[in-house]
Amino acid sequence: MLIPHPLLGLRDAQEFTYLGDAALIGRPAPEAGEAAFCDYVFLRDNPAGIHRELWFHEQGDRSWLVVTRNTLTHEILGAELATDVARRSA
Amino acid sequence: MKFSGFKVVKEALTGHRGWGPLWRDPEPQAAYDIIVVGGGGHGLATAFYLAKEFGQARVAVLEKGWLGSGNIGRNTTIIRSNYLLPGNEPFYEFSMKLWENLEQETNFNSMVSQRGIINLIHTDAQRDAYRRRGNAMRLAGADAELLDREGVRARLPYLNFDNARFPIKGGLMQARAGTARHDGVAWGYARGADQRGVDLIQNCEVTGLRIENGAVQGVETTRGFIGAKKVGVAVAGSSSRVMSMAGMRLPIESHVLQAFVSEGLKPLIDTVITFGAGHFYISQSDKGGLVFGGDIDGYNSYAQRGNLPVIEDVAEGGMALMPMIGRARLLRAWGGVMDMSMDGSPIIDRTPVEGLYLNAGWCYGGFKATPASGYAFAHLLATDRPHETAAAYRLDRFARGHLIDEKGAGAQPNLH
Ligand SMILES: Cc1cc2nc3c(=O)[nH]c(=O)nc-3n(C[C@H](O)[C@H](O)[C@H](O)COP(=O)(O)OP(=O)(O)OC[C@H]3O[C@@H](n4cnc5c(N)ncnc54)[C@H](O)[C@@H]3O)c2cc1C
Repeated sequence: MLIPHPLLGLRDAQEFTYLGDAALIGRPAPEAGEAAFCDYVFLRDNPAGIHRELWFHEQGDRSWLVVTRNTLTHEILGAELATDVARRSA
Repeated sequence: MKFSGFKVVKEALTGHRGWGPLWRDPEPQAAYDIIVVGGGGHGLATAFYLAKEFGQARVAVLEKGWLGSGNIGRNTTIIRSNYLLPGNEPFYEFSMKLWENLEQETNFNSMVSQRGIINLIHTDAQRDAYRRRGNAMRLAGADAELLDREGVRARLPYLNFDNARFPIKGGLMQARAGTARHDGVAWGYARGADQRGVDLIQNCEVTGLRIENGAVQGVETTRGFIGAKKVGVAVAGSSSRVMSMAGMRLPIESHVLQAFVSEGLKPLIDTVITFGAGHFYISQSDKGGLVFGGDIDGYNSYAQRGNLPVIEDVAEGGMALMPMIGRARLLRAWGGVMDMSMDGSPIIDRTPVEGLYLNAGWCYGGFKATPASGYAFAHLLATDRPHETAAAYRLDRFARGHLIDEKGAGAQPNLH
């Protein structure tokens, strides 16, 4: 799989480590309570199809990306810097 | 039709005209007492034990493809009970005991072969950890033996003992572990369940769960609605998809695991070898193929195929351990979709929906669990109480903080 890094162009997915669902960016507020944190830490949508997910460019520029990928075909549909995504949703 | 030595001889002499189909191909009835979703190893074993041990006859297994088309026919067939934690080890040892009697119980040759397993040790710390694990196994009634370097060498002289990074210092051996013919296991359970009146319905995908007032009424399928008092879901890698039909999110990610088989070779490896540090394990099938694999690819996937980096990683691990296999040609590579749970351990439990039960989270190790998983799930479906060896596999253990995390890796499925 080749990930279209927004700054570095197409990079081999092997240079990255995988964290999981991009929803992990949205950590609950500290006072959100145990149930909210339990959902955040342990539960996942785990969709078959389009999935937005966090990849870390460990052997590259060490940036976090949000990659949009089809889990049924492994087709990669796009990638953006996670900081941009986080700023937009803040 | 009963299999016996006499029958084999008789058929050989009469042109093999007396073999019939192993199970019926029934039309779905309007309703059942219990529907098991998923005709993989776990679903078929569940139906078998429901009928055999718990006297349930109005049972159906619904399978979207053909029986055994999922992971039960894709795994590397290793069976073992070498777990550490108290929530796990008694369950896997129960499974091992069921394996030991499986062929008698199902009257089917599942080729259960107790050829043993050796987990290699490379450091003092790893030896300590394996000694502890071996003791935990023996406390739960399993067998375990710690081998020193020469003990491993006597059994596996062809390994590279002096790899610069991971020299072999010993091994943890379980002699009762081994392999089984994976689809033979599915067929044996399928035939046994069918003989006891269970309807095995293939090409019947569950597309919805009908739930009224918090209780399950039955399932919508590609072959119409089928009513049921209880529905047990055992769909492995598809668990999140099916349970989302009940509005549930699970502590599971689906990941792809690949496996490989070489061309047939003369007998070479008479046990199962795991080289955890090098992400590699290997055994040899009775046909002669070297069957091996390594880690999961590590990203969410429902594709049933993986990518080249892991193939390279597995090949490197194999070459580091057994340089001679570099001469063998690869015959096939394939992948299966794993239900990776957040602590690496399974779930066999009721759900918040009345009458809906879940069997999931088997990660890459559910083949060995097939008999016990079926037995425990049947126990739960029939009696509404967990089987004593599966009592820790609760769905709410994540919220309660009672995780069963053998690797201590935390809520990161691609590290389990
Ligand atoms: C490459 C590989 C190697 C492995 N090696 C080992 C090993 O050495 N030892 C070990 O212990 N384990 C191993 N495993 C893991 C083991 O194979 C699985 O954990 C186990 O088979 C899962 O249970 P199952 O047999 O019931 O799953 P499956 O056979 O996958 O059964 C699930 C069934 O549900 C069906 N289904 C899904 N959705 C629906 C629906 N909506 N309606 C109806 N039916 C549906 C599927 O078609 C499938 O047949 C390995 C797995 C893989 C992929």
